[in-house]
Amino acid sequence: MAAILGASWAGAKSMTATSGPGLSLMMENFGLGVMMEVPTVVVDIQRGGPSTGLPTLTAQGDVMQARWGSHGHYEIIALAPDSPQEAFDLTIRCFNLAEKYRVPVILLASETVGLSAGKVVVPPEDEIKLIDRKKPTVPPGEYLPYRPDEDLIPPMASAGEGYAICATGLTHDEKGYPETNAETQEKLVRRLNDKIRVHLEEIVDVEEEHLEDAEIAVVSYGQVSRPAKRAVKMARDEGIKAGSIKLITVWPFAEHVIRKWAKQVEWFIVPELNYGQIYLEVRREACGDSKVVPIPRMGGRLITPQEIYQEIKKVSKN
Amino acid sequence: MIREEEPQELHPMDWWLRSERLPHIWCAGCGIGPTLYAWTRALDRVGIDKKKVVYVSGIGCCGRGSGYLDVDGFHTTHGRAIPFAVGIKLVKPELCVSVISGDGDLFSIGGNHFIHAARRNVDLLVICTNNFIYGMTGGQLAATTPQRDYSTTTPYGNTEPAFNTPYLADASGAVYVARWTSIHVRLLERSIAEALGMKGFRYIEVLSPCPVNYGRRNRLREVDDIAKWFWEFSVVKHEADTKEVQIERGKPLILGNFVKKEKKLSCYEELKELEERVRAAAEAKK
Amino acid sequence: MRASGKVLLTQRVKISRGEIHSIDERCKQCRLCIELCPKEVLQESEKVNEKGYHPPEAVEEPEKGKSCVACGLCEVICPEYAIWVEEKKENASTEGDQRERRF
Repeated sequence: MAAILGASWAGAKSMTATSGPGLSLMMENFGLGVMMEVPTVVVDIQRGGPSTGLPTLTAQGDVMQARWGSHGHYEIIALAPDSPQEAFDLTIRCFNLAEKYRVPVILLASETVGLSAGKVVVPPEDEIKLIDRKKPTVPPGEYLPYRPDEDLIPPMASAGEGYAICATGLTHDEKGYPETNAETQEKLVRRLNDKIRVHLEEIVDVEEEHLEDAEIAVVSYGQVSRPAKRAVKMARDEGIKAGSIKLITVWPFAEHVIRKWAKQVEWFIVPELNYGQIYLEVRREACGDSKVVPIPRMGGRLITPQEIYQEIKKVSKN
Repeated sequence: MIREEEPQELHPMDWWLRSERLPHIWCAGCGIGPTLYAWTRALDRVGIDKKKVVYVSGIGCCGRGSGYLDVDGFHTTHGRAIPFAVGIKLVKPELCVSVISGDGDLFSIGGNHFIHAARRNVDLLVICTNNFIYGMTGGQLAATTPQRDYSTTTPYGNTEPAFNTPYLADASGAVYVARWTSIHVRLLERSIAEALGMKGFRYIEVLSPCPVNYGRRNRLREVDDIAKWFWEFSVVKHEADTKEVQIERGKPLILGNFVKKEKKLSCYEELKELEERVRAAAEAKK
Repeated sequence: MRASGKVLLTQRVKISRGEIHSIDERCKQCRLCIELCPKEVLQESEKVNEKGYHPPEAVEEPEKGKSCVACGLCEVICPEYAIWVEEKKENASTEGDQRERRF
């Protein structure tokens, strides 16, 4: 993890891949990446935990770790793919988001995606949209490595370009110099969070299906969204007004989407391969406007469409 | 810091410094200052372009150094200075990357990174300011505290043997291994200059006084007590067997340029060669 | 010069003279420059800097043979980048371009 941060500072687009236990080890430098505002990508192929857990059977237990794993208060971006094709597409998007917002981005896949084989269409190079980080436009003497532009994101120079970068994991001012006081901390941490928060709607990507008249919405992410969509289809065939919200962006959480649909639907069903992590987020955003039911599975195997369908049927009778 | 009415005079090495940040946070008599002085003088002596110099440090007193020099400086997490530097070096091999960090950072939490970078012969200069203690956190026992010495966590004396870091570096495959003290600045400077002229994993240990947290508990209360210890007990023995340079109180401190060997290429260059060979073979098959 | 019956070639060695400069506000009074100066030309001054330390100053009337020889040890040993020596050139007419790096 430290090496990819170094590589990114030297100007490269860098990434690493790991599973849950590795992510735990990387969290220290993940925090450094957030503090130094280093664009980089970490792929987490989740497996059952805690500790060594289930090597290597599927789970989705790292959702909150991805969000809060390192100490301090910060915002990150995490995307969850449900298939090899989406893993390919979202990895590109991860890099674009990392470069644009100068933040480490996590691709939150799981064993079922990481180890499955599937057809992947690789588009021609000129059709892939790539974003590169903002470079400083001022000469070295005037460059302040942490002076943000209006979008709260500072331009980034690379090592060896003569900008004499001073980057540190300590709370720092716009020059990058360590400052140990409340004002600098307030200003810096607010900006680190706000640079993601103000761009929330731009970053968040969800897939909504059959929601127009839905009374029940299944909120899912990652590989669970495939059985979830199937279950919604089964319910529709039975005449149950069910819809699906698939969170492609897990973090930052799609608050505005859940809030919008909470006014319409009566039930949110959240199937996931943990004891309820995104469930809590959905419940928070539903604000009591609609009821939220989790379908928690601890991992090891996928949730079947039938299981989700049974739950939809159960709540539809209430 | 200089009063305005006085004409501002600059230290000859000030062009390497972020002068506005001085005085630095280190205690009076700390050995990190002379180490950085020797490093900057050596860079001048070798004539390396300042824009190409990268300084990576870890955590601890020495970690703060990267913020005082007017070069690309990265103050990273505890023990992870070496992998961070490896990342930079992989992307931009033309840069002159130095890791200057403390003994706790390089040999306790970062021990694994150190031995593996040495084993791979990554093209890095690693300078360790060894003050025999965890200085910044209040003088706890370190992996380099000599046996029977006192620290806040060993008030009755240390029972653990200390790391002989030149031996560790040598055994792990470093191409250049030296040890000096922060009192022997000129010799240190010459040694750093020699190392800067080489390729591969180069390691220089700089014994450095920590009067506040090491000296105070070990009958070396004043700065010049430690200086005298370094001065009077030091024996310069170039090419000494690194097995025999263990630091023990009351015994001679063996200094010198211990190891200097030629190794073909750093592993990444070898990898590049391999890639070219494989590509050529694949082309030939076509 | 004769020593053990052999004729040795002699050379006149010119001893350089130095001028000590210091940035008092950087000093932390570690006394390394004072203790290690081979000619003992430095002493603690009465001055007090912003942080309350006494920076070094040159002894005003040194004993014979105890004047600065511009060895530069104080400069290299100073942990604070606070003191340095300029070598005085005997025939230098102006003060300006005396600074010279001694490598």
